[in-house]
Parts: sequence; C-alpha cells; structure tokens
Amino acid sequence: MSASNWTADFLGQLLNSTITVEQISLPATTLWQIESHHWQQFAELAIQQNMRWVAGWAEHAEERFFINACFEKQGVYLLLRTIVHAAKPELPSQATVYPAANRSERHTQDMFGINFVGHPDNRRWTRHKAWAKHSYPLRKDFPVQSEPEAITPPDIDYPFVKAYGAGVYEIPVGPVHAGIIEPGHFRFQAVGELILNLEERLGYVHKGIEKIAEGRTPESLARLAGRVSGDTTVGHCWAACRAMEQAAGIEIPACAALIRGILAERERVANHLGDMGAICNDVAFVFAQMQFTRLRELWLRTNAKVFGHRLLMDRIIPGGVVCDITEVSSTLIKQDIVQLRKELSEIMPAIDLNSSLEDRLFTAGYLAPEIAAAFGTLGYVGRASGQDFDVRRDAPYAPYNQAIFKVALEDQGDIASRFWVRYKEINAALKLIEQFIEQLESGDILTEWQTPPAGNESLGIVEGWRGEITAYVRFEADNKIARFYPRDPSILNWPVLEKLVLNNIVPDFPVCNKSLNGSYSGNDL
Amino acid sequence: MNWLLAAIQTLLFAALAPLLAGWIKWCKCRLQNRKAPSLFQPYRDLIKLTNKQPVVAEQASWLFTIAPYIIFSATVLAASVVPLIAVDLPTSASADVIVMVGFFAFARFFLALAGLDIGTAFGGMGSSREMTISSLAEPAMLMAIFTLSIAASTTNLSGAIGHVLNDGLVLRPSFVFALFALILVAIAETGRVPVDNPATHLELTMIHEAMILEYSGRHLALIEWASQLKLMLYGVLIANIFFPWGIAETFTAKALSFGLLAIIGKLAGLAIFLAAAETVVAKMRLFRVQEYLGFAYLLGLLGMLSHIILEASR
Repeated sequence: MSASNWTADFLGQLLNSTITVEQISLPATTLWQIESHHWQQFAELAIQQNMRWVAGWAEHAEERFFINACFEKQGVYLLLRTIVHAAKPELPSQATVYPAANRSERHTQDMFGINFVGHPDNRRWTRHKAWAKHSYPLRKDFPVQSEPEAITPPDIDYPFVKAYGAGVYEIPVGPVHAGIIEPGHFRFQAVGELILNLEERLGYVHKGIEKIAEGRTPESLARLAGRVSGDTTVGHCWAACRAMEQAAGIEIPACAALIRGILAERERVANHLGDMGAICNDVAFVFAQMQFTRLRELWLRTNAKVFGHRLLMDRIIPGGVVCDITEVSSTLIKQDIVQLRKELSEIMPAIDLNSSLEDRLFTAGYLAPEIAAAFGTLGYVGRASGQDFDVRRDAPYAPYNQAIFKVALEDQGDIASRFWVRYKEINAALKLIEQFIEQLESGDILTEWQTPPAGNESLGIVEGWRGEITAYVRFEADNKIARFYPRDPSILNWPVLEKLVLNNIVPDFPVCNKSLNGSYSGNDL
Repeated sequence: MNWLLAAIQTLLFAALAPLLAGWIKWCKCRLQNRKAPSLFQPYRDLIKLTNKQPVVAEQASWLFTIAPYIIFSATVLAASVVPLIAVDLPTSASADVIVMVGFFAFARFFLALAGLDIGTAFGGMGSSREMTISSLAEPAMLMAIFTLSIAASTTNLSGAIGHVLNDGLVLRPSFVFALFALILVAIAETGRVPVDNPATHLELTMIHEAMILEYSGRHLALIEWASQLKLMLYGVLIANIFFPWGIAETFTAKALSFGLLAIIGKLAGLAIFLAAAETVVAKMRLFRVQEYLGFAYLLGLLGMLSHIILEASR
C-alpha cells in the first residue's frame, strides 16, 4: 500500500464514524483538526490502523489551548490538532488507548493545567513541587523571568505504587547517584532479590526549555535545541533546524545536508562506543570499558580537529552548517574510520567469546516485541526488540535519501541484543560517513535565512542516535519563535524500562538501565 | 623474644596490607592499558580518611560507631594467627585455624549489623547478600582447611606448614583440590570480581560496599584497612600453606629477612594472578554465586576424599 493511500482510506473511515476532520496543509506535514470530544475516539480508530503514537504537546494562545498529537504509519506522519477553551480546559485522554501518551499528557496537564478526562494515572509528573497550585508555567500569563519564591521543596509525598506482603521491601534509589550521571529516582518493590515493580520518578532536570524557547530568534533556538540533551546535541539541533527551515520554506544546500549527515553519524558512533563500554563496565568487565572509552576519546578528538568541537555542539545552524570539510579533513575522517574498524575487529571477538560476559548479557532485561510496539519504543531499544523503524530509511530526508545503508535489527530483546544493535549501527554509520564524504563537493554550506510569515509551523523529524527525534516549531511575527517542543526518543523509551526489568533481580538493574540509556535531560525538558 | 617477633609479624601484616592492595590495583591498571596510581596510594587514602571528620547518620546507634573498631581488631587478631615470615611463633601455637575462621565470622557479624543499623535500603541489602554468601563460603573454606588438617594431623597452621615443609615437594591430589577450593573461597570472601566488585559505584550491585556506604572518615579508614588485611591474609594462607618454602624456621636475622622477601615475592605473584583473572572475567549474576561456592565446597570435599582414598593408606 503506498504511503499516501492509507491517509485517504483512514480519512474515509473517520468520516463514516462521525468525526469531522478539517484538513490543513502544512509544509511537509499533514495536519488534521478535529473536535476535542472526538480526541479519544480518534485514537481508538488510529490504533486499529496500527498507527504509532509519536508525540503530544499543547500550546496556549489567548483564550484557547491547541492540543496536538502526532501519529505515524509507514513513514507518513500525521499531525492531529484540537482546540479547547481556557474556561474549561479538558478533553478525553488518549493515554487509555496509547500507553505511550501517558507521561506526555501528564506533562501537558502539569504545564498547562489541561485536564485529560479518564487518564489512567493523573499524578503530577514534571511538576514536582515547584509552582503554586494554580500556576502553570507554559501558559502565556506566566512570566518567563519570574523569580521562584523559595527553593523548591522536596517532592516527598509523591504517591508511589506500594506493594505489600511477607518479605516485600522497598528500595529507593536516587535522585542523586554514586556515579556521575543525571538525577532520577527509581523506586523498587522487591521480594528477596526479585524485582516486583519499578517506578521511575523523573523531572529533576526540568530546565524550562519550552518556556525559554518562546520569543527566540532561529539562531538562538538552534543553540537551545542543541542543549536539550547534551549527548544528542546534533540530533536535536538538526530536528529543530529542519522544522524551522520547513516553516520558512528554505532549502539547505546539498553540501550542508551531507555535512549534517556526517555530524549526526559521528555523534551516533561516539555515543554507541561510550554505551557499549558502559554496559561492559556495569558487569565489572572493565577491560572492554577502557578500550571503548579510548576509542570514543580518539573519535572525539577528531571531531575537535575537524569541526572545532568535541561533541559537535552548535555546528548546525538554521539554513546550513557552520563548518566546511576540507580535503585535509576528509582524509583525516577516512583514516579515522579505517583505524576504528581495525581496532573494533580486534576488540569485538574478545567480547563475543567471553562466556562470563555472555552469561550476564543474554536473556537479561528482556523486552518483548509486543510491549516495545505498544509503547512505541524507538531507536536501538526498539530495534533490538524487532521494531523495524528508522526515520532515515522510512521517512528519508537529505542526505539519507541518496544513501544506501542497512537498518540494524535484532529480535532477542535482551541486553545482548541492544549491545549488538549498537555495534551494527556503528558499522552502518561508518559506511554512511564514507558515502557522504564521497558525495561531498565544494559548494555553499549555508542558505540565507528568510523570515517566515507569522503563524508558520512545521514538524522536524530526524533519526538521532537514540532514535526518532521530533521537533515542533511555530513562528510568530518578526522571525520569533512562538512555540518549540522537542520530543526526545527517551520520552518513549523510559517507560519500557519499568517493563523490561520485571522478573530480573535487583543487582541486574544497572546494566538493564545502561542498555537502554535514556536521557534524563531530554525527558525532563 | 618470641612474643616480640609475633608482635612484629602482626604489625608487618597490618603495614604491608595497603601495599598489596596498591600492587593489585597497579597490575589491574596495567592490564587494562591504563596509567596506574602510585603503589602507595592506599596509604595516602587511609591517611586522608583518618584526618577527615567522620559523618554519622542521625539514626545510627552506638553499634555503628564501634563496629569499625571491632572489625579491625578481629581482623588483626586473625592475622596474628597466620604465620607470615616465620613458623612456630607463640601466637600460632595458642590459636588454630578454626579460631581464625571464627574471628572472620565475628568481624562479619558486626559488619552486617552495622549495615542494618543505619536503616538504609542499601545497607540491609548488602548485609543480606553478605550473609548469603558467607553461609556458603564458610563450609567450603572449612572443608578445604580440614583436608589440610587431616593430612597434617593438626588444625594448627604452624604445624600444618611444618608438615608440608618436612614432606618436601610431593604432588598431593588432595592439596591441589584444596588449593583451588581455597582460591575460590578467598575471591568470594574478599569481595573480588567475579563475586563482588570493589571498584563499583552502582549501589544496587554492591555486596561489601553496600554495607559500608554510610561510613566515612576514620571509621571508613578502619574498615578499608581491615578488608585490605583480610585480602592479604587469604593471600598469605594460600602462599604459605601450599608453597611454604622460604618461610623462616629458625629465628635468625638471615632466615627472617629471607622469609620476608619470600612472602613478598609470593604475594606479588598471587596478586598478578588475581589481577589477570579480574581482567578477563565479568562479574557473575548474584544467583550464580551459590553455584560457584557450591563448586568450591565440592573441590574441598574431593580434596578430603582423595586424601582418604589415595594418601591416608600410605
């Protein structure tokens, strides 16, 4: 079935079921607007069509709230919108149909004061205890520069799920951990060493990204997007720039797209190397961690030499990129790839043949494909559980539309699968970088920015190293941003951690968590 | 004079233990292609910790603050039983190997209590895991030691070592089994990879470290020192029982200094073996530890059986 076909069929089906749809054409996106009381009904029909829930966010404009949800099927994205009035901000929840929408709706409820009727779990999420009861930070009347009255009190009375019974005990872990990692709280209910239930409590690194994005210029929004999650700076920056460029109707030069591709793939390789080492370290196989850390460091040093920043921050700007790749640099990049392949070909067999490592990684942290599908799991976590989706292939964008590559896929769903998917992705990424370097010709790397008309909006979707990144941007007058919502893949991947640790033992949690490696910052915004 | 020598030997034990820890760390670092910290880093750490003010949890009882002293003293007493550079010292005559195991159990009991005392989830978790492991490790250890005791007809360590020395270099199947059993037990008891990871920061995977998470300052220094001592003690046990050659049998300056050099050499060799083993294996799943220690017990048992079947009839 061709891509556009299903939207037409689905539209017909909606009309039969009395849902009135107003079609609005957006650059690169289909937008359907429906009545708010049909919100849940739409989700019910969408899930029958095997549509994937992608993202959800809201926007405040005068006396109204725009509520948005994004769906995807066969690489075609559909933006769904409804309007509720500020006097009575409520609509039926989609989280009853799509578990992936659960935390997103709680985030919207906390930040806008919109009530999702029938939501299965309407406890606070991003909110903690920061704001007064009826003040909602993402409403327009909430001042950006407001001074908090005091230090935010600790969120001590959050109603965690409890377990009772003989021998059941509770282990609170975090938000401050012994290692240097981001803050997040994990509440275990265990009997003996067996995990009965895990509940995550995130939101400790809420930075108000959505609020401080308002009123920014495109350049400064790109900088902000690059800081949504430090390890995904290229991915988020690219997604935000894509959204802004589509909204402004500008095309970036082919050369800039290729360089963006190289940047994104280099970020993917660096992070996967770090993760593979970290997974080994969590089972005390320090040798491998040291090797991967060394390889990652060498990789980052080339980044610094060629692009001027180890983590490639702020290399992508609206309209293109800031740095060209010279003849000398491309030789350096190619040599780097040869060297990395050689080193990996020595290290990987040693890891593959280590039975003690195998014993730890195989079958541990099993994520069933059905659960992965139900939660819309993305990136290497989804692909290790048979979720064959990759934006680069299924909704291709420049430069990937010109490239040949294979999407890594595993179906065992355990930690070993997530480890080996990363390795396959590194190999694919190295080939992609080589192709991009080959295609690279001298030419413009930047298109001049054109101020978009007020109200222009778009959705930028790219495949970051953790998976699909969605960035929504709407402009207001004078080249300023009215609304920016970045959806990190972690937002969809965090909930499955609660599922995949079940029936594992407590001391296996760290390595399960590391195999998923969600971003706290990208989740908390 | 002999008592003085015994006291000096125990002091040497305590003084050299951090050096052994530093050496193991050095070997591990080199094996992992890393620059290693100085061999004397453990001493600096102990001094640093001693100079810091200990912070004690509000809920802690008196047990929490005295536990480090009890643990350290018990470990030092255990060390005094083990011949380090010379045999036939009065301390080893007054207490045998069962007393040594008893000192370990005593220290562990207080460590586990201290872990429970502050009431954090991690402390209790660590204590529970430690007890699980020790309940499996102790029988395995005693089984290995009984094999030696039966062969030497004594539970006295000096006596056993003397027996091995008198017999000269003969390959005894029972001793091979007992050696491997004791190595496995030693790794479990001293909290090394693959049973526990002394270098981890992951609270949920910890065993020994989980119990001492709340300790700081001189309390932590004493506990760290005690665990270094314990590691050295197991090393000395393995080295001196199975490879006793070099240990001083007379109390002359020459014999004693040769004994000291010999044990340093033997421990350095054992440490390289430990570091290499820790580099090539990952930590095992917690529920595999019972199989591992079950295997150690089996080896001890096989040692005893092979002694009775093959050697005792001679």
